[in-house]
Amino acid sequence: MSVILTAVATLGAIGAGSAGILYLVSQKFKVVEDPRIQEVQDALPAANCGGCGFPGCAAFAAACVSADSLEELSCPVGGQETMDRVAAILGQTASKTTKKIAVVRCSGSCEERPRQNLYDGASKCSIAAALYGGDTGCSFGCLGLGDCVDSCTFDAIHINPVTMLPEVVEDTCTACGACVKACPKDIIELRKQGPKSRRIYVSCVNKDKGGVARKACNVACIGCSKCQQVCPFDAITMENNLAYIIDDKCRLCRKCAPVCPTNSILELNFPPRKETPPAAKEKEVPITA
Amino acid sequence: MLKSFRIGGIHPKENKLSAGMAIQPIAVPEQVVIPLLQHIGAPCQPVVKKGDKVKVGSLIGKSVGFVSAQIHSSVSGTVLKIDKAMDASGYKRDAVFIKVEEDVWEEQIDRSDELVTACSLTPKEILDKIAAAGIVGMGGATFPTHVKLTPPPGMKAELLIINGVECEPYLTSDHQLMMEKSDEILVGITLVMRVLNVQRAIIGIENNKKDAVALFTRKVAAYPGIEVQPLKVQYPQGGEKQLIDALTGRQVPSGALPISVGAVVQNVGTVFAIYEAVQKNKPLVERVVTVTGKEVQRPCNLRARIGTPLTKLIDAAGGLPESTGKVISGGPMMGKALASIDIPVTKGTSGILIVPAPEAKRREMKDCIRCGKCVQVCPMGLNPTLLMTLTEYEVWDRAEKNAITDCIECGSCSYTCPAYRPLLDYIRLGKSKVNGIIRARKN
Repeated sequence: MSVILTAVATLGAIGAGSAGILYLVSQKFKVVEDPRIQEVQDALPAANCGGCGFPGCAAFAAACVSADSLEELSCPVGGQETMDRVAAILGQTASKTTKKIAVVRCSGSCEERPRQNLYDGASKCSIAAALYGGDTGCSFGCLGLGDCVDSCTFDAIHINPVTMLPEVVEDTCTACGACVKACPKDIIELRKQGPKSRRIYVSCVNKDKGGVARKACNVACIGCSKCQQVCPFDAITMENNLAYIIDDKCRLCRKCAPVCPTNSILELNFPPRKETPPAAKEKEVPITA
Repeated sequence: MLKSFRIGGIHPKENKLSAGMAIQPIAVPEQVVIPLLQHIGAPCQPVVKKGDKVKVGSLIGKSVGFVSAQIHSSVSGTVLKIDKAMDASGYKRDAVFIKVEEDVWEEQIDRSDELVTACSLTPKEILDKIAAAGIVGMGGATFPTHVKLTPPPGMKAELLIINGVECEPYLTSDHQLMMEKSDEILVGITLVMRVLNVQRAIIGIENNKKDAVALFTRKVAAYPGIEVQPLKVQYPQGGEKQLIDALTGRQVPSGALPISVGAVVQNVGTVFAIYEAVQKNKPLVERVVTVTGKEVQRPCNLRARIGTPLTKLIDAAGGLPESTGKVISGGPMMGKALASIDIPVTKGTSGILIVPAPEAKRREMKDCIRCGKCVQVCPMGLNPTLLMTLTEYEVWDRAEKNAITDCIECGSCSYTCPAYRPLLDYIRLGKSKVNGIIRARKN
């Protein structure tokens, strides 16, 4: 009997001693973390996409807590709603952000942009881009090998097998910007999603002179600047033979699209025009972003 | 036994179809397109404008920055325009278009074939002449020669190595140049030795060019300090670091330049260009190009003016065969498949290889079977399959630790891979990314 008692007593003493040491150590080396970091992190979408510019949601939460104001910080995935919640936790106000979405600024499908040579190297845009300008006459356009698709953590961008161009799924795109960084040709851009997802943009990045661009692709921007002249809001710039619509200034009046001789300005999710538009325009609408 | 480098290496089929074909000058075309970037470094600024008259040898592109090389007109005529034109990179870049009228050369250029051995210039003057002539490494790397001949402060060359290896299969331009211009090359070597102030030079020639070895062994007797060393045929022996290892047994440390072991390597074509620039006042306006391929009617070595369209050279070799699947600028190992043949000859065009369609297609990539062949053949002692995986998953810090930047892009790994994995394509991408990261860290 005494053997059992001795064993219990000894083990009990060791246990109590260890507990004491552990308690002291945990007190001594305690890491004091602002409890709000965890709260903020819980409010974030936990996608860890890096779209905010920080490595993961935890780092973003820490940055929010330590920042003086939330002006420069925004979570593209959660949007305004999430940021408002974060602001409530921290007792600050979130800056107004507009929902953005990725747009692919190239409409050079196989039909519009004839292939001139055959690439059979490694199937990665960044490798192909380092080797040559692309398998068509346009050295600015989409290579169609899908680096953007691989980079997307939300399964929101896919290559259309018919056009061989990437298409953005509007409902799932969070504008985290991973595809923008992945594209070696800088074709993808984050733009304002616009009311009812309506937006207008120049779907071309070709900086060649008009004739050269047009020869390579039927839907290239040829830099004629007709859209710039017709724009009542000064929202269109012309640089390097290429038109660009500044989405902060654009009021979606739709004046520019019909004047474009190569149909390189796309308008998405608009109701059909009242005046009978040219037949060619209608076929563009299905080409989403 | 013949010397060679120690680590890795492969021996692809040599296929030197155009060996022994005398260098033929090709007719000056009606129009030339001279790109303003034909070297590694900053592009040149054009110094001519539309309507200007130029002669052969007139300066048309002025180098900006230290690592850059002057560009001269290769024809006489009128500047049509300065516009974008596609070059071997597959992108459109600035180039000078010149309409050819007659063939008038700048007065100071000596066009005779007479050998000029005497040279009273100081090393500095020789170096300035090399820089003024716009000479770049003619083996294909196109690194400005005057930069290479200016050792970094505190470093001193003690040995000049002349690269007559031509380890690329198919290419014969260096071989033929050695056979026809041996005296000029030897004088050129003495000039480079004076610039570097070295007493010893070794010409490395692979043993599949026995005639060149014999010719140079006979001729170097008259030139003290110059030796000839035949080498075992092995790719990539023409790589600087491999050639230094093969000839001297010294190994260039990871990330260092050849000068760190006291050696400077120059290609025979470059040495010939240096001879012409210094002794004949002739800038780099033409080069020898091998046009070859299994189905090509007349594989040949042509002397073409810079800016001549490739189509002219292909026509001179009997035209583009029906079966063509791919046209490569350079050799089959390190050359670059062209997106279009409407591009001009540049300073780095060592050959045009026309590959028949059945051979041109890459085979479908399979999974790595961990055979380790790529590791075995890598002449830099790297682990290509690991580097490819690290690039695929963008693990740049580990790629850097595994010395991805040491890769010389010889393509031995891709050549040998039984699963047809595009190892080099990935490593090249990883190398450029890691180099970018290193540069960003320095700034």
